[in-house]
Amino acid sequence: MSTVTTPETAPAPAAAPTRPSAPRSTSSRFTEAAANYIDERTSISGVVKEFGRKIFPDHWSFMLGEVALYSFVVILLTGTFLTFFFQASMAEVVYNGSYVPLKGVEMSTAMSSTLNISFDVRGGLLIRQIHHWAALTFIAAIGIHMLRIYFTGAFRKPRELNWVIGFILFILALAEGFTGYSLPDDLLSGNGLRIIDGLIKGLPVVGTWISFLLFGGEFPGTDIVGRLYSLHILLLPAILAVMLALHLVFVVVHKHTQWSGPGQTKDNVVGSPILPMFAAKAGGFFFIVFGVIALMGTFFTINPIWNYGPYDPSPVSAGTQPDWYIGFADGALRLMPPGLEFELWDRTWSFNIIIPVLILGGFIVAVLVYPFIEAWITGDKREHHLLDRPRNAPTRTAIGVAGVLFYAALWGAASSDIIATHFQLSIEGVIHVNQALLILGPIIGYLVTKRVCLALQKKDREIALHGFESGRIVRLPGGEYIEVHQPVDEYERWKLIDYNDYQPLMIRPNARGQITAVQRFRAGLSRWFFEDRIAPVSPKELESGSGHH
Amino acid sequence: MAHDDLSGKDITAVSSADVSHETAAPGTAVVPSETFENPGFPAHRPRVTDTDPKAEKKAERQVYTFFYLSIVGSIFAIASYMAFPIEDGDTGALRLHTMMLGIGIVLALFGLGLGAVHWSKSLMANHEGIDQRHAVRGSEETRARAVEIFKEANEESGFGRRTLVRNTLLGALVAFPLPAVVLFRGWGPQDENPVELLEHTMWEKGARLTLDPSGLPIKASDVTLGSAFHVIPEGLNESEHRLEEKAKASVLLMRLDPAKLKESPERAGWSYDGIVAYSKICTHVGCPVALYEQQTHHLLCPCHQSTFDVTEECKVIFGPAKRALPQLPIAVDGEGYLIAQSDFHEPVGPSFWERSSS
Repeated sequence: MSTVTTPETAPAPAAAPTRPSAPRSTSSRFTEAAANYIDERTSISGVVKEFGRKIFPDHWSFMLGEVALYSFVVILLTGTFLTFFFQASMAEVVYNGSYVPLKGVEMSTAMSSTLNISFDVRGGLLIRQIHHWAALTFIAAIGIHMLRIYFTGAFRKPRELNWVIGFILFILALAEGFTGYSLPDDLLSGNGLRIIDGLIKGLPVVGTWISFLLFGGEFPGTDIVGRLYSLHILLLPAILAVMLALHLVFVVVHKHTQWSGPGQTKDNVVGSPILPMFAAKAGGFFFIVFGVIALMGTFFTINPIWNYGPYDPSPVSAGTQPDWYIGFADGALRLMPPGLEFELWDRTWSFNIIIPVLILGGFIVAVLVYPFIEAWITGDKREHHLLDRPRNAPTRTAIGVAGVLFYAALWGAASSDIIATHFQLSIEGVIHVNQALLILGPIIGYLVTKRVCLALQKKDREIALHGFESGRIVRLPGGEYIEVHQPVDEYERWKLIDYNDYQPLMIRPNARGQITAVQRFRAGLSRWFFEDRIAPVSPKELESGSGHH
Repeated sequence: MAHDDLSGKDITAVSSADVSHETAAPGTAVVPSETFENPGFPAHRPRVTDTDPKAEKKAERQVYTFFYLSIVGSIFAIASYMAFPIEDGDTGALRLHTMMLGIGIVLALFGLGLGAVHWSKSLMANHEGIDQRHAVRGSEETRARAVEIFKEANEESGFGRRTLVRNTLLGALVAFPLPAVVLFRGWGPQDENPVELLEHTMWEKGARLTLDPSGLPIKASDVTLGSAFHVIPEGLNESEHRLEEKAKASVLLMRLDPAKLKESPERAGWSYDGIVAYSKICTHVGCPVALYEQQTHHLLCPCHQSTFDVTEECKVIFGPAKRALPQLPIAVDGEGYLIAQSDFHEPVGPSFWERSSS
């Protein structure tokens, strides 16, 4: 059996126009005529030739981006339905719909139309809940997809710019989430806007005016829902769609990354062709993702605004929580130590606002520019299409884990009051532990992860050199006991030894005999990254080492 | 876009563009002189559906059963839409409607999805396809031609030569979006001074303290020891800007044992027989400080857990807020109702840049 069948080896069955044709069915004649009609007007055969058999590699982790893409489609479909019923107006009305407990209550038209979608439009509640669940899935899938890209080093040349585009997509998704969450003008989302208002007002110089521009005067005003609606259904989706298209164009231009493996090299892509295999699998997967989201929308209540009531600046319930993806920002506000506000030069400096904004901004920028930093440290100008196993880039993996823990500490802090009440702890204690975790968590996580990665690399080396422990104990004629090791086959070994290995940068004087501070800095970073490196097994080592056991 | 006319075909060909890709600087990467050879693809393992016609038939049956189920799901959803109406406003009916409609849609989607994936995984040919990669950068000829085109365009237009033309063009391009930016001034009110608005609330001398949300006035004698009231100024519900005024004027009223209240001399007479009134709007980012702990006399903001001590003029004892909640000076009118002595003596709510200048 041939290991690889390629289209080249198959005889081309394409019907040449000159060939005498066998009698064909009406439907195949119709298909041919239709295809001809379209091609003569669109040149589409070229597109089919170019992309029809394009190869996509297969791995479960490559589906994460697909989940994000498909949930975006679900968001567009359900969101369009909702726009036909939602009214983005803050004009006051007296609610008179089907939901009895709120009858006669004054509320905005936005809130009342959202209640109508939920209680008076057939299927409205289902679509609203699918929309909300799809939005949560979208953001979660982007986040996990980004982690996959990061930990496998898929952001390396030539994909740095696509990392940036993907990151912008993540920010846009957060913005879409927050604007959409605020539209119903219910008590919970109104409190979210109140926090945004307070946050903006705390910014130096421009804060007060930006708040007044955004809300069209004093908070809450009567403009904000309409403005957020324009952003939510027009501006942000348009930018998002363009960025998404660009993101996918780059995936085609670069071709997809793949894992190193037998037959899989940096110069090829091994997988299934778009037609028919990948199209069927990905198309089917779209419906499965849609199905899972619809299942959640069917059975799990999300954002029950009728329990919260319309926005009013005075009441608020204990345990207020933002949607989970805003949690890290809310947590940053909560973790600020007391007393960080000063009056200086006749102005108010709200460092309890400025510091979290700077920390979040710094974190975001660090994630954004990481590919460029790593490229600068390694100086590697080659294209990388083979993914790294996380253990084979120990410092990068450790930095990633530190970042995840930093985010997690901020995120956990957003639920500090819920944690305190559920576990009967004092709120002060929870906050202080979270503050400590914010700083110690990443440090400990970094150190542990790096050691774990190095240990795994050593284990890989051991296995590549000496094979697996077979569990079979043999007594030698001399009385010595040994465990027999089972050598790995060459396919298995290849997966263990094929990875990139970097040395720390050696400082060398430049043409003028100087060693610049920049070079020293780069060398320092390079040492930090690579001084603990574990080199892959070489053929020579295997030859000399295989006889040991 | 990378041109790949040989998509899926060329296994051995190495285009000239690949050469530059090979010679790109590896930086500090170790490029070993001798390496293992990639062992190539392991033997292809046929699936059971490739070898057993019975299994193939069975998989085929499963695939079309999935598609049939999907059709059933769609029909079920349409039928449920009609069979389980929600018109009567009964939440049980709504729940049933949502569930039945949802089950139909979910079935339709899962049937399609699982059918297609099962088809592809068990019946479609699963040999490995191979595409060859090419360096992303254009070939040397393409790049040279691109440079040449820019040069020609530059010569033909004089872009580099006619510097004043170029620079004024760039200037015009920078200037032309500015009116659009200025237009956004219209987002804010034209004739309002934000700082002035933020400094004042609806409270004024003699305004009665009324219950939130009913607007009924409060007699001092009704405020028993240990109780707390949510308060709005008299007439707020009829105000044209009800929510904007409420976002500033909301007040919490509490009665403590007068012996426990520590009042500074300049605030003497702001409370009435142990009854104190403080702004309910958090000085951090403006959430309502709605949780009153009667035993400890602490006010807790549910948003970011700033905690204020009512016995100490609501100074911050925990959390990210810095400033104490502003106090509303109160008194009692001739009929025994609580009234405000004046507006707050400082702006309420979250801090803002111009705050301390007022």
